[in-house]
Amino acid sequence: MKLTMHVNGREVTGEAEGRTLLSAFLRDALGLTGTHIGCDTSQCGACTVHVDGRQVKSCTMFAAEAEGAQVTTIEGMENADGSLSVIQQAFQDHHGLQCGFCTPGMVMAAAALLRDIPQPTEAQIRAHLDGNICRCTGYHNIVKAILAASGQPVAMAAE
Amino acid sequence: MYNFDFVKPATVEEALAALSDEDAQPLSGGQTLIPSMKQRLNAPSKLVSLLGIAALKGVKTSGDVMEIGATTTHAEVAAQATAYPALAALAGAIGDPAVRNRGTLGGSLANNDPAACYPAAVLASGATVVTSGREIAADDFFDGMFTTALDDGEIVTAVKFPIPQAAAYVKFEQPASRFPLCGVFVAKYADGVRVAVTGASEEGVFRWTEAEAALSADFSAGALTDLSLPADGMMTDLHGSAEYRAHLVKVLTGRAVSAAA
Repeated sequence: MKLTMHVNGREVTGEAEGRTLLSAFLRDALGLTGTHIGCDTSQCGACTVHVDGRQVKSCTMFAAEAEGAQVTTIEGMENADGSLSVIQQAFQDHHGLQCGFCTPGMVMAAAALLRDIPQPTEAQIRAHLDGNICRCTGYHNIVKAILAASGQPVAMAAE
Repeated sequence: MYNFDFVKPATVEEALAALSDEDAQPLSGGQTLIPSMKQRLNAPSKLVSLLGIAALKGVKTSGDVMEIGATTTHAEVAAQATAYPALAALAGAIGDPAVRNRGTLGGSLANNDPAACYPAAVLASGATVVTSGREIAADDFFDGMFTTALDDGEIVTAVKFPIPQAAAYVKFEQPASRFPLCGVFVAKYADGVRVAVTGASEEGVFRWTEAEAALSADFSAGALTDLSLPADGMMTDLHGSAEYRAHLVKVLTGRAVSAAA
């Protein structure tokens, strides 16, 4: 079947089967490989994108369900001039990534959180990242990056 | 996963017609169905998405009853079910934020996972499950692990929750899956208290009637002191023994009563 949706503000069309997952459609049909497939079992969150403004795991949604929807991926997060967005820059400044595999999902999760709660507490950030797994950083620097992106001081008790 | 035909009707009638095909299955949020299809535990020839049916979505309250459409997501219930705070809190703690944006009330009930949260709320509330053909009392809906009173081709359309005077849900999360290792929903109504337990029994969600009687007489955690839940029929797995689960049910029931009172 042919699917049409709006991805990062642009109308796109691609071929899909019933079983085509949104993650596969974004990567294979549209070439948007910033959306990573980590576990493919909806646990790790590396494939997190926004569909109609809501954070979802694109490996656990059929592409056909996004027909006509507004989809935002990590490729849509940069500023119009190609520079890093506030959240992306904060991840770089605070070393919120090491290998970088989970980072697209982390950034998309952070963006969803900051839209709902512009100034979250550390506990709210950690709770919101429940479904995004990072095996490198131990999360501290990711939490610091999100605090910084929300305009808050990043001082945090050592654990 | 094996391929299938995907259809997304706009009305319940069209959905029922599409579901009359052999091997057709309804698809709601897909947070359980899609993983099970990836594992080839499930291979429908046709999936009928219910998410295009506007009539199945939304939260409305009239008087003492809150009616929630079957395809309302956990995140929507968490945000909109303000007239029933214990239910909103339960919905807001299922899975993780991304799962809550896809998973639905109707999907959870039709699946009846023995460790799902929603069945405990539906059973403890004495809710009514509204389907495409009839209304089913919660006490008659859940029929053992992954089994319900739903017939083939019948779909859940809404759930009517009587709003209690006081209620709370407390779960003990299995840290890897975040499903409840045990969860207890306590709801106090004018005509008595109902206690429903998920994650514990080999038969799926159940009511702990001895605790209901004790709490109806005295709605305090102390009323449970002399009770003990038999370990017979409780689940044993690598996360906990039957005895551990039976003990946990009592502890969590006490905590839920304290939280509600």
